[in-house]
Parts: sequence; structure tokens; C-alpha cells
Amino acid sequence: MDLVTLGVQLLNAVQYGAVLFLVASGLTLVFGILGVINLAHGAFYMLGAYLAYWIALMTGSFALAILGGVAIAFVVGMLLETVFVRLLYGRDHLSQVLLSFGLILVIDEIRQLLFGKDVHSVAPPAWLAGSVQLTDNLSYPVYRLAICVFCLLVAAAIFLVITRTKIGMIVRAGSENREMARVLGIKFDRVNRYVFAVGIALAALGGIVVAPISTVFPGMGDGMLILSFVVVVLGGIGSVAGAAVGALLIGLTDTFGKVFFPGISSIPIYVLMAIVLIWRPSGILGRRDA
Amino acid sequence: MLDMTVSRLPLRLFGLTCLIAAIAVPFIAPTYYVQFFTKALIMGMLAVALNLVVGQGGLVSLCHAALFGVAGYVLALLSPGYDAASLFLTFPLAVLASAATALVIGALALRTRGIYFIMVTLAFGEMLFFFFHDTKIAGGSDGMSINVRPEIAIAGRQWLDLDKPVTFYFVVLACLLGVIAVLTIVSRSPFGHALAAARDNERRARSLGFPIFRIRLIAFTLSGALAGVAGYLAAAQFGFVAPQMLGWHQSATVLVMVLIGGQRSVTGPLVGALVLIGLEEVLKANLDNWKLVEGLIIIGIVVLLPNGVNQIWSMIGRPPRKQQIESAPAAAKVRHA
Repeated sequence: MDLVTLGVQLLNAVQYGAVLFLVASGLTLVFGILGVINLAHGAFYMLGAYLAYWIALMTGSFALAILGGVAIAFVVGMLLETVFVRLLYGRDHLSQVLLSFGLILVIDEIRQLLFGKDVHSVAPPAWLAGSVQLTDNLSYPVYRLAICVFCLLVAAAIFLVITRTKIGMIVRAGSENREMARVLGIKFDRVNRYVFAVGIALAALGGIVVAPISTVFPGMGDGMLILSFVVVVLGGIGSVAGAAVGALLIGLTDTFGKVFFPGISSIPIYVLMAIVLIWRPSGILGRRDA
Repeated sequence: MLDMTVSRLPLRLFGLTCLIAAIAVPFIAPTYYVQFFTKALIMGMLAVALNLVVGQGGLVSLCHAALFGVAGYVLALLSPGYDAASLFLTFPLAVLASAATALVIGALALRTRGIYFIMVTLAFGEMLFFFFHDTKIAGGSDGMSINVRPEIAIAGRQWLDLDKPVTFYFVVLACLLGVIAVLTIVSRSPFGHALAAARDNERRARSLGFPIFRIRLIAFTLSGALAGVAGYLAAAQFGFVAPQMLGWHQSATVLVMVLIGGQRSVTGPLVGALVLIGLEEVLKANLDNWKLVEGLIIIGIVVLLPNGVNQIWSMIGRPPRKQQIESAPAAAKVRHA
């Protein structure tokens, strides 16, 4: 493999990791703060992609697709938290697993009713549609670079909110020691609703930004769900920084796994997960007692 | 003690009635329903096997469909093209393969707790799914046919003809009773109590000196082996294996059966399996978007009946079965054992 191909693969890995981070950070926030395992996370990724397709089709604007898709996902997240998810706080994991499994079935059918089950593609915005010429016969799509930059900005925003704002402080307190925070007078009802909605919105955002580079299809959420689980296991539950590390590792492993082990390209990430489990069962940046 | 015996009597009668009904089914039902019940009993077997780790062990596993599927794939791979494979050879190997897979996944996944455990089992289950999906060993995503059912023959003489739906039904029923017997013995043994003790209070059980990791790993492996029994029978019944058999949606569906049937008894999940499969059959026949309704029903069950159908009985007026009693002194029981 020459240096340019290596560079292209590295870019692919980072771009893939960036999208994974978007989705997995939403998942890890919901785990860390609400203590709820949400299997329907992947379904919202899929829904985001379909929303992007639909809004872009209706309005012709990809920017509107991002804004509209995220807004819809946020509102749906708020509603779901109010109606269903709040019932799960403090319930056993089996209930959480099965309620979110039921949600997956429902969301899949709703998608079927609204958008059908066809495979779609979405055009990237015109000003990002070109590609950068790397060598005489190798080019790289601008849109993929834009994804990297965009995800980096979102990551920076999440870090700033969590480390610098009052709501971030409440969120950190909640994941650190919920009882103590409650004793100190913090009301978690609203915080929970916002955190869940943000988590769902991040999953949908992931689906929206990949819509132009991958196809939009019904089963796309399942694969993403498993991958973001692996990311969270690698990074440590509740740790957004861990999600970033895990996502990058998975991006690299998956991309280079496809290059070096084409027949069994899906296996290397699980080997990586097994190694991390032996080495640090609570994740690379996870708390030891978790 | 007397009180317990009295309240258990109706349950025993109910069980006996079910057994008689199960034996009578093939003589009164048309072939389609014999096959339908065979399938339901196989899924029930999987649910009962899964409940050893979920109910008794408190470990929510999302990879049991994969353990189930591995045994099916072993049968498919060992079946010679157009001849029958020997059951006495393929059955132990298939179950062993599931047990070995469970041992490896368990050894890694049991290093974690709670939500982590769920995610890790899910991920390894999907690894097996992708393994059979992406590689060409067994037909990739198309799956693989088992053209002839395995035969039960000694020295060339056939004992039972598994091609007959009724014979196959009774073989499945016998296996199910065997699995239930094994699990009943295990759950009442000191080992079973230690497993429950670790579920209720891991720290206390550990400080009492129980080797928690080893106990859980043995339970997980045994549960995987029994899931393999079900998977072998399923592959033999359908004459076909495909990666979907290993997918996590299947695992989650079996967990729903466990939830419906109740986690605190050996046979509860079997009831759950019959209820859910019956429900699916009715929904499929009547609705286009049956999964929407199934999803809503699952959500409703989780919200309204967190303890399964047991709760319905207690709502109707039967005195609630004292579930805490069964769990709280689990550690104490082991010390006496």
C-alpha cells in the first residue's frame, strides 16, 4: 500500500469514526445520566437518514434536512421520555431492553408507513459535492472531509456544554452521584428529558450526515446500533471522551480490517473488543468501579 | 410450608393438564398444527434455557439466538448432501459447539456487569451473525439447506423416523421435558441457590466465599448448551439454516417470552413462548403491519406486567406468590445445603 492510499484510508477511518462518535456519544450520554439502555438508538439513526431523504426531497435543501431532522428527533425524544422512558428509571435492565426492543418494532413499522421500504440516496449540498484532487488519478470527496470537520465541531460543542455550562455541571453531577445531587436540590425531571432528547437527536444527526455518502435503507440502524455499543464498551459507559477514543479505534479497525482481511472484515472490531475486555473490562476511559 | 404446598397444588394440576394436552395434540390436531406446536415447543425450550441466566442468574443475555444458531449450523455443515446424518454423532457435536461458544463469550462478557454485559453479549452474538453472513463456509447470507433430517439409527437399523411430523413432535417434547428436568434439578441444587444469591447480592455472596465468576460461567455455558439442543432441533425441523437465526432480534424475542412467562420459575418462559408465538400467528394472519401491534403489545407488557403472566393470576385474586421469599434467603439456603 503506497502512502497516498494509506492517507485515503486514514481519512476514511477518521470520517467513519466521526460519524460513529456522533451516534455513540448520544448513546453514552443516555446510559451515563439516565442509566437506561436504549436499543432503539439505532432506529433513530435510521429514522434520521429517512428524514434527511424526505426533507431534502421536499425542500431541495440539505441544510434544512439537518435542521428539520434534528428538530423532529429532539421533539420525538422529549415525547418518548415523557411517555415511556421515565417509566424505566430504576427498573431492571430486562424491562429497559424489551421496552426499547418494542420501540424498534414500532419505529420500523412507522417508517414503513411513512416512507416505505425503498432504498434511497441523498445528494450532498452542491457546494460540498466536488472532490479534492490528491494525485493524478486519486481524488477525495469534499463532503467526507466536511463530515470530519462538522463532527469535530459537534464534539467540541458537547465538550464545552458539559465542562463549561451550568446544565453540563448538573449532568456531570447526575452521572457522578445522582442521590447526592438530588439531595442538593437538583431536579432531574427536566434534565432527564433534555438529555434523552439530545441523545436521540445525536443519533438522528449521525443518520442525516451519512445519508449522502451511504444509501438510506431500512436495516441501516441495526449495524450502527451494534457498532455504537462496541464503541461505548471500548470507551467506557457515560464517558463522552471515551466514546471519541472508541469511535476512532473502531473507525481505524474497521477500515483497515476491510483492507487487510477482506473476507472477514466484520470480525476485527470484535477481536479488539475482546482484547479491551481482557485488559480493562470497564472501558479505556471508564471508571474502574463501573 | 403447608401453605406453600396448598398454593402449589393448582399449579401442579395446571402443569399436568398441559402435559396431557401436549401428548394429545398430535392425535387430534392437523399436521400443520403439529408442526406449529413443534416450533413453539422448540422456541419454548430456548426460552427455558435462556431463563437460567436471566431469571436465576440475573444476567440479561442478548446472544442466545447465536448460541442456538451455532448448533443448527453445525448440523447443516455435518449433514452429507443427500444422505441423513447420524443423530448420535451430530447432536453431541452441535451441543458441544454451542457450549464451547457460550464458554468463550461468557468468559469475556462475565468480566463486566449490568448494561455492559448486555452490550457485550449483543456484540459477540452479532459477531457470529456476521461470521456466517459474510463468509462462504455455509452459504453466506443465503443460508444452507439440510436436505435430509438426521436419523436415529443403530447398526444401520432405523429406530425412529424423524421425517414423520408426529414422531418428530414427540422427540422434541421428550427433549423439552429433559431440558426442564435438568434445569429444575440445577435450580434447586446448591449451585442454583448460589447463582441466585449472586444475583440478589453479589457482594454478600462473594464475601461468603462463592466463586461468583465460575458459578456464572458454568450457568452461562450450560444455558448455551441447552440453547444448542433447541437450535439443533430447529435446524432439523426447518431443514434450513440462515444467519437470521442468530440475529439479535431473535434473542430479544426470546427475552420477551421470558418476560411474559415470568423469570422466577423454570417452566414460566415456556408459557411465555406459547403465548407470544400464538399471538404472532394470530397477528400475522390478520394484519399487514403486525409488527407495529406486536411492538405496542411488548411495550404494554413491559409497562403493565413487569412480572409476567404470574401477575395476571394474582390480579384475578389468587394470593400473590411470594417472590421475595424465593430470592431473599437464597444465600442462607446454600449454607444449609
